[in-house]
Amino acid sequence: MQTLRSRAAIEVLLAGFWYLTLSVFALILALPLVWLLSTSLKTGSQTFLMPPKWIPEPIVWSNYSEAFQAVAFHEYFWNTARIVIFATTGTLLTASLAAYAFARLRFPLREPLFLLVLSTIMLPSIVTLIPTFIVFRTLGWIDTFLPLIVPLWFGGGAFNIFLFRQFFMTIPLELDEAARIDGASNLRIYWGVILPLSKPVLATIAVFAFIHNWNDFFEPLIYLQSPENWTMAIGLRGFRGLYSTEWNLMMAASTAMIAPLLVLFFFAQRYFVSGIQMSGLTGR
Amino acid sequence: MLWTEARDGYLFILPWILGFIIFTAGPMLASLYISFTRWEMVTPSVWVGPAQYVKLFNDDRFWLSLYNTSYYVFIGVPLHLFMALLAALAVNLNLRGIRFFRTAYYVPSLTPVVANSILWVWIFHPNWGLANAFLQWIGLEGFYWLQDPRLAKPALIVMSFWSIGGQMVILLAGLKGIPVELYEAASIDGANWWGRFWRITLPLLTPALFFNLIIAIIGAFQVFTQAYIMTEGGPNYSTLFYLLYLFRAAFENFRMGYASAMAWVLFIIVLLFTILQFALSDRWVFYEGDLRR
Repeated sequence: MQTLRSRAAIEVLLAGFWYLTLSVFALILALPLVWLLSTSLKTGSQTFLMPPKWIPEPIVWSNYSEAFQAVAFHEYFWNTARIVIFATTGTLLTASLAAYAFARLRFPLREPLFLLVLSTIMLPSIVTLIPTFIVFRTLGWIDTFLPLIVPLWFGGGAFNIFLFRQFFMTIPLELDEAARIDGASNLRIYWGVILPLSKPVLATIAVFAFIHNWNDFFEPLIYLQSPENWTMAIGLRGFRGLYSTEWNLMMAASTAMIAPLLVLFFFAQRYFVSGIQMSGLTGR
Repeated sequence: MLWTEARDGYLFILPWILGFIIFTAGPMLASLYISFTRWEMVTPSVWVGPAQYVKLFNDDRFWLSLYNTSYYVFIGVPLHLFMALLAALAVNLNLRGIRFFRTAYYVPSLTPVVANSILWVWIFHPNWGLANAFLQWIGLEGFYWLQDPRLAKPALIVMSFWSIGGQMVILLAGLKGIPVELYEAASIDGANWWGRFWRITLPLLTPALFFNLIIAIIGAFQVFTQAYIMTEGGPNYSTLFYLLYLFRAAFENFRMGYASAMAWVLFIIVLLFTILQFALSDRWVFYEGDLRR
């Protein structure tokens, strides 16, 4: 009896220790975001205080409207949205099409070609950048959205092909066979049987594609020059060039770029989780 | 029947094949060719043989950028992965409300790198930043994080710890995939916590660790945005990373031959490292299939 009770006591203590440790680290990781939000609501003079004040006094909501008036963030938002929509559509269509072939159809050289797909995941993109830039320049596509969209209509990224294939492998083959007996073509099976069953993976890849396009900095930096074509990421950098000492406005603008991602995360959390699990990255 | 299947197979992967030729294989060969020319965009290109590579290997700034990048890769990536592993183990604990901690540790890794960089310039501000406020609070002197050539690279590595969440969730998925029966069997055999970690958890997690290591090293070799936005390669070139130097050569000075030579050198370095890691992986990465062999 005595030992049972002391064992229970140890377990309570241990759980307490873990909660404390986990909370301390959660707090440390949360601090930068709290700091971001807090600064974004301060007056200019209150940002220059040491030790800093965590709760702004007064709370200056107008920092946000001021930041949005200073730079055309609504235009950048609209530009980013257009790139996201067209790039993601191309990704979903062509990556799933290729993945369907790799997962379901038998054709010569299938395995070596799929290995080639996998190996391009590990290719540093920098080695193709300069000639690609020159091709787009020759085509007159610099300062348009085309360099950010068109490549994704050609396979949609090796990693996405891999993710789609992983998911398609879990769909029973009998479904294809039943449809084939009914005389359905491969295209018909892909469109009418496989894709309707693949809504979770479509959503997952759409979410990740959105995040990628929203966050991407390097390619828009190279391809988009005039401010009316900027994305959010480039616009935020431009904003910093103009307001480099007005930390409250800069934090407001940064919050405006981060917030949509957090909202997306909280509404689409299960797609994040399934995407990570599905990728089967444990190597098994 | 089989013929139509093969035909459809190729038709379906046709967009990818075209993409591979147009956006991967073709440009790779083209950049190899350009690296043997002198070309400033406005003038016609001139074949110069290996001259760009000779110039590159005699360029102190090239070596400096390679050193800076190596520092970031070989100090930053292992530390980052180690912290991600600790975090994954912690949020794999069987506690009520653990999902909250998973979310809390993951969310910072979602922040876009541009917003992230601007936020951390403010955090590292020598007079009014959060980092120095914290140091003063515990009674230490503040640092000139991004203004001191000795501290700028470590500061960027510290900043990268904030986004361990991305690797953490992949490792967590790996931990979740370890069969519970193995732990039960080990407990019956009298293995303690440490023994179970060392003999079961770690070996079965090595494939996930290996994958993370490969991808993280390739990514870290191409670190760019933080240096471009936060330090502009300074102070005193201490954060002049490889890709930043390449970017300036290509898109500010329009030395396309030189930049292409840089791109190929980086490609070779990354390729050699990846091959080396795959070769060494036999010694430490454990696949379940190995048991059956």
